[in-house]
Amino acid sequence: MLLIECPWCGPRDDQDFTYGGEAHIARPERPEKLSDEQWGDYLFMRSNPKGTHLERWVCNGCRRWFNVCRDTVTDEITAVYRMGEKPPGAIKKAGRKS
Amino acid sequence: MHATSGIPIVTMSKYSIFSLVRNALGYHENWPLAWRSPEPKAEYDVVIVGGGGHGLATAYYLAKEHGIRNVAVLEKGWLGGGNTGRNTTIIRSNYLWDESAALYEHSLKLYEGLSQELNFNIMFSQRGVLNLAHNLHDMRELSRRVNANRLNGIDSEILTPEQIKAIVPILNTSPTARYPVLGASLQRRGGTARHDAVAWGFARGADAHGVDIIQNCEVTGIRRNGARVEGVETSRGYIAAKKVGVVVAGHCSVLAGMAGFRLPIESHPLQALVSEPVKPIHHSVVMSNAVHVYVSQSDKGELVIGAGIDAYNSYAQRGSFAVVEGQIGALVELFPIFSRLRMMRQWGGIVDVCPDASPIIGKTPVENLFFNCGWGTGGFKATPGSGWVFAHTIATGEPHPLNAPFTLERFTTGFLIDEHGAAAVAH
Repeated sequence: MLLIECPWCGPRDDQDFTYGGEAHIARPERPEKLSDEQWGDYLFMRSNPKGTHLERWVCNGCRRWFNVCRDTVTDEITAVYRMGEKPPGAIKKAGRKS
Repeated sequence: MHATSGIPIVTMSKYSIFSLVRNALGYHENWPLAWRSPEPKAEYDVVIVGGGGHGLATAYYLAKEHGIRNVAVLEKGWLGGGNTGRNTTIIRSNYLWDESAALYEHSLKLYEGLSQELNFNIMFSQRGVLNLAHNLHDMRELSRRVNANRLNGIDSEILTPEQIKAIVPILNTSPTARYPVLGASLQRRGGTARHDAVAWGFARGADAHGVDIIQNCEVTGIRRNGARVEGVETSRGYIAAKKVGVVVAGHCSVLAGMAGFRLPIESHPLQALVSEPVKPIHHSVVMSNAVHVYVSQSDKGELVIGAGIDAYNSYAQRGSFAVVEGQIGALVELFPIFSRLRMMRQWGGIVDVCPDASPIIGKTPVENLFFNCGWGTGGFKATPGSGWVFAHTIATGEPHPLNAPFTLERFTTGFLIDEHGAAAVAH
């Protein structure tokens, strides 16, 4: 059970949110230009780190999306930031080569 | 005391009524250990990472079917302490697509002879598995799956509410129930087995063929020489290996990261719980995909109850209370008689969920490195079959026809094996 702080509604139980998976996976601008490997990578491959994970959640109250930085072992949430923003400070996205 | 290839050593004493009597006379103080705990050697022909049921089965079939006995199984904790010991022990093969049906049915057939094969009682009980349908869509989906099963030669039938009531009298089939029961599929050959015994039986069998089982040995790195795997770094030193097979369920993305590639997998917590033991009341396995609950009764009398996964990624072997609340709510609606039972234990395991709810068994971008993962919420039923095809893949370097469709490449080619209907929720 997680206590997540919605940037607009404040701290709430995770049942008030819906999980949206790994954050910062941009849809390719020109999908038709991609190889099957690149398209498959965008669609399916995930970093799935043990530790710091950047992920998206949507608040079921205000219906707005935001990003969360959470540790997947301890469940500690170290940052909450809005869509379009970069993760604060020293937090780096794990696992992705490009 | 390890074996070299081609020279079988049998240190295992056979379990029988006679050995039981003989050991009873000695106050059961002289039973031999079921397997050795050797020090790791510097090099093996094959190293299997992960001492769960699938890894141990792989080692067993490598030694028995392919004569490769210079094998180590490395387990970071204790044997069967991960998902093998945390699942709800349900076995069935009524999957929708031909590829999955063939793989899971092969596994079920191996289960049917496994106690004899391993000389170890895995307590396989073909008590029948029912999947309930609560609305018209469920009924159509279920009919489609039952028909597909029958075309694949898998026993599967559709039951009316009256027929269900005859098998499970305690199920609430009232038309005014919150989750009305419109029908069910039944696989009579499905059932349960003792999950620990499956791991122990394979461990004992593999050990008797000369496989080294090394517990408390965590793999911390995978060493490569260019495109080829050379060995594994472990908490007990470097171990060289001609081939490496990785069967680590929830941690497969971590191991893939060590080898330098990514997987289409997310790790999620899956929970289960057991009630206090009661007298025999529930003689089959009842599953409901729609309301996320499945229940059987163990030989000890406990109800074994499973749930859905938590939606978010996690490597913590615990889940949300809300999931337990949801599954118990559904359970009590379906079985009002269970409402006053107290729950005794609850736990979580980390499952490796694939986008198409089917496993990945085969080669990787790294030469001689093989992965068997993505079983998600339903790997236990596939334990012997998974080990059997994975052993073939490692021994020959090419997948067996049964696991050829379950490649990592399908996420590039698009040939997905979408089993969400049969697999996503309930196992």
